Amino acid sequence: MTVTALMQDETPRAATDAPLLDVRGLVTEFRSRSATVVANASVSLQVPRGRTVGIVGESGSGKSVLCRSILRLLPSPPARIAGGEVWFEGRDLLTLGVREMAQVRGTRLRMIFQNPMTSLNPVWPIGDQITEGLRVHYGLSGHAARQRGLELLQQVGIPSPESRFDDYPFQWSGGMLQRAVIAMAMAGEPSLLLADEPTTALDVTIQDQILALLVDLQERTQMAMVLVSHDLAVIAETSDIVAVMYAGRVMEVAPVKALFEQPLHPYTVGLLASTPHAETTDRLESIPGQPPSLSQRTVGCPFAERCRFASKDCHNTPVTLREMVDGHASACLFPERIGRAGA
Amino acid sequence: MALVVLGVTLVAFLSVQFVPGDPIRIMLHGRATDEVVAAIHARLGMDRPLYEQFLSFLWNAVQGDLGESIIQQAPVTAIVAERLEASAFLLGYATLITVVFTLPLALVAASRKDRPVDHVIRVGGMIGFAMPPFWMGLLLMLLFGLTLGWFPIAGYGKGFFRHIVHLTLPSLTIAIFLTPILVQSLRSAMLDVMTADYIEVARAKGLSERRILMKHVLRNALIPTITVLAVNIGWLLSGAVIVEYVFSIPGLGSLLVRAVGFRDYPVIQGLAVVFAMLVVIVNLLADLAYILVDRRVLRR
Amino acid sequence: MSTYTTASSTLLSTRISREMALWPLSLKIGFGIVGTIVVAGILAPVIAPYDPFFQDFTAALVPPNLEHPLGTDMLGRDIFSRVLYGIRIDMQIGFLTTYVPMIYGVALGAAAGYFGGWFDTVVMRVLDIAMAFPFLVLIIVILSILGPGVQNIYIAVFLVAWTMYARLARAEMLVERNKDYILAARALGYGSGRIIFRHALPNIVNSSIVFSMADFVLNILLVSGLSFLGLGVQPPAPEWGAMIAEGRDFIFQAWWISTLPGLVLVLAGTGLSLVGDGLAQRFGQRQQALL
Repeated sequence: MTVTALMQDETPRAATDAPLLDVRGLVTEFRSRSATVVANASVSLQVPRGRTVGIVGESGSGKSVLCRSILRLLPSPPARIAGGEVWFEGRDLLTLGVREMAQVRGTRLRMIFQNPMTSLNPVWPIGDQITEGLRVHYGLSGHAARQRGLELLQQVGIPSPESRFDDYPFQWSGGMLQRAVIAMAMAGEPSLLLADEPTTALDVTIQDQILALLVDLQERTQMAMVLVSHDLAVIAETSDIVAVMYAGRVMEVAPVKALFEQPLHPYTVGLLASTPHAETTDRLESIPGQPPSLSQRTVGCPFAERCRFASKDCHNTPVTLREMVDGHASACLFPERIGRAGA
Repeated sequence: MALVVLGVTLVAFLSVQFVPGDPIRIMLHGRATDEVVAAIHARLGMDRPLYEQFLSFLWNAVQGDLGESIIQQAPVTAIVAERLEASAFLLGYATLITVVFTLPLALVAASRKDRPVDHVIRVGGMIGFAMPPFWMGLLLMLLFGLTLGWFPIAGYGKGFFRHIVHLTLPSLTIAIFLTPILVQSLRSAMLDVMTADYIEVARAKGLSERRILMKHVLRNALIPTITVLAVNIGWLLSGAVIVEYVFSIPGLGSLLVRAVGFRDYPVIQGLAVVFAMLVVIVNLLADLAYILVDRRVLRR
Repeated sequence: MSTYTTASSTLLSTRISREMALWPLSLKIGFGIVGTIVVAGILAPVIAPYDPFFQDFTAALVPPNLEHPLGTDMLGRDIFSRVLYGIRIDMQIGFLTTYVPMIYGVALGAAAGYFGGWFDTVVMRVLDIAMAFPFLVLIIVILSILGPGVQNIYIAVFLVAWTMYARLARAEMLVERNKDYILAARALGYGSGRIIFRHALPNIVNSSIVFSMADFVLNILLVSGLSFLGLGVQPPAPEWGAMIAEGRDFIFQAWWISTLPGLVLVLAGTGLSLVGDGLAQRFGQRQQALL
């Protein structure tokens, strides 16, 4: 048994539930004539039922690719899922046929994206786009679908939905459009919602509203959520569990409080140190160096070059996620070198 | 737009003024005495100042009177009117065949981008585009008309069904030239749409590729294609001129060629206006259609 | 890792071969086809087996054989030689009718787009009016006034063909003039002429160059079409369209008179289109519409 498999057995679970989503060793590559980029290099992640898992990392860390790989949305040349399993509600999504996968996407497993202005077809009325899934997957008639669509718009906080149902996307603001996108996602009554940077393209004031909406919907429907962001504040506000990704790998997974109070990976430490908060008076620390090129496969920890705690072993030993303390896993070989947070 | 119409009429009117020598004399092929020529000048009001002539030309044109053909001894409008039907039929038929060819070709080319089929379609398009309509017409005539005898090779026929039979080869000729242009732009538009975010969102909604292609990609891509079709109406008409000549179809195009041969200037002038008006009207219709299909145009 | 060389230290031949190595396949093939045709045309006096005007009634309407690779026409003239000489006519007219109007068309359009105001409005109106007429119709009308012949074709086309280039250049200029480097040049006090032609123009011409290849094809089709109608190049000149017209009456007995010159025309046109396609790829643009 691999270390990861061992670790999964020991991960504490709420009551007797198996995780709703269980990603095991996912490897996603992009092939071009000149190079192969490994965007996800053996990613493992569990999402328990009804919980929110936040995925944080910089651009290029592989978090968006991870979401798309789970949904199998990546175009098959040039992308390729080269290994791993994605278990969702008792099935490995990677083994499903095209139609079955489409069915899953339309109902139980939904995703919302970053830019609401471009997420909707500009020449279709908004209402039609929300109800399209209902008509295709649930066979609802036009009238019934419209009713449900109005309900959904109500739920996401659009005032007077009847008068707005046939509006076109260009008539709505970014915040309202993102609500419509969320309504569209909720139409399928998902048990898991993937949200890829849902607030990044919005004004700060709207961001809070949308996040609050997501949390509210989650509580009401008991669905699980995966929230991807580069913004630690967003993650802190919404997540129960946080996963930190770097260079296509998960570097640390922990309950949110534990991550912020006692990070067990040097990269996380660096991230936290470079994030401003209200009491910051000193100069922000930045992590020296650059993220590695994803087309060059290296043995060893991809962060080792920039890590101030690194030693020779770090460059030679393959990275695996190991559980350190209850529910808190890290890919670092020498977490004891970190000391207290901020040190 | 009114300005364009005005300008078009002005250009058509002025063009005759540039004829080296006296147009009346040329039309009569020099076989007329000075008195006759002078009399015709007076009757047509050609001794009045230029702006007066233009205004009366314009005034008459608005009322549907495009002058008189001296050679044919008949009003230009009447001559044009009787040849309008054949041309309209030809253009409609040719457009229909073009659209029927374009849709599947563009669909296949876009959905199998960069694969062999796509390349074949693109290169095939280049070859089709390079084929001169007059040559292609002759070839089709030779093959399907003379050798195989499937289609008649000249004329327009009587009755709706005969019209279709007679106009099949000519319409096909035009279509071979026009289709590559439309396939190119529809394919391009489809590729643009396919890379848009909302298509990925549609996939994330669990819609089938077929549904996405038909209801989202194609529908959105057809919108700019309306404009392309309208813009290319000029080429459609140009092709019609040649094809009508080759297949001896009694339409506006062959009328133009004949009129040029006879130096029948009033007819040439009238036809210039008519052709230009056709283009303007089609573009107008396209703009209207655009508004119907893409509400974004109504912003502000 | 790239070696850094200064431009002056590289041989022209090396630079050319390096550039050509980057060419997409369509560009290479197209260039090959067009190049072969052009060279054949230039060498026509040398490689043509017969004089294109020489009539031999004993060998009239002969189908293609070893002596006459493309057969002979009704006056006994060797079609292969005529086609070769025809290259000179059609390619030359096609070239001039494409690139001469392009020069002042692009200039006018760029200026109109840059200056805006009444100048732009006037140019736009003229464009609208000119483009309201179908191109062939307009040329035919002009030729009906001036009379047939190559000279008059040049006059007619030079009068009208600049419009599409003006439109393309203007559209690009409207986008370009708001870019930072143009604003910087203006802030530096450079004259408008300099800005338009030395700064903006190189970035604008790409779409016009790609279009010019399609235009080249269309112009060849135009010239041959006009000649076919009897309005263009006059007999006995060996122009492809005129040759096709001559063969029309004999289409059944001697199909080769009309058919074969047309094939050469199609070949030339396809080659030019391939070059255009390749150029579009080379410039990194998405495929532009042919028109």
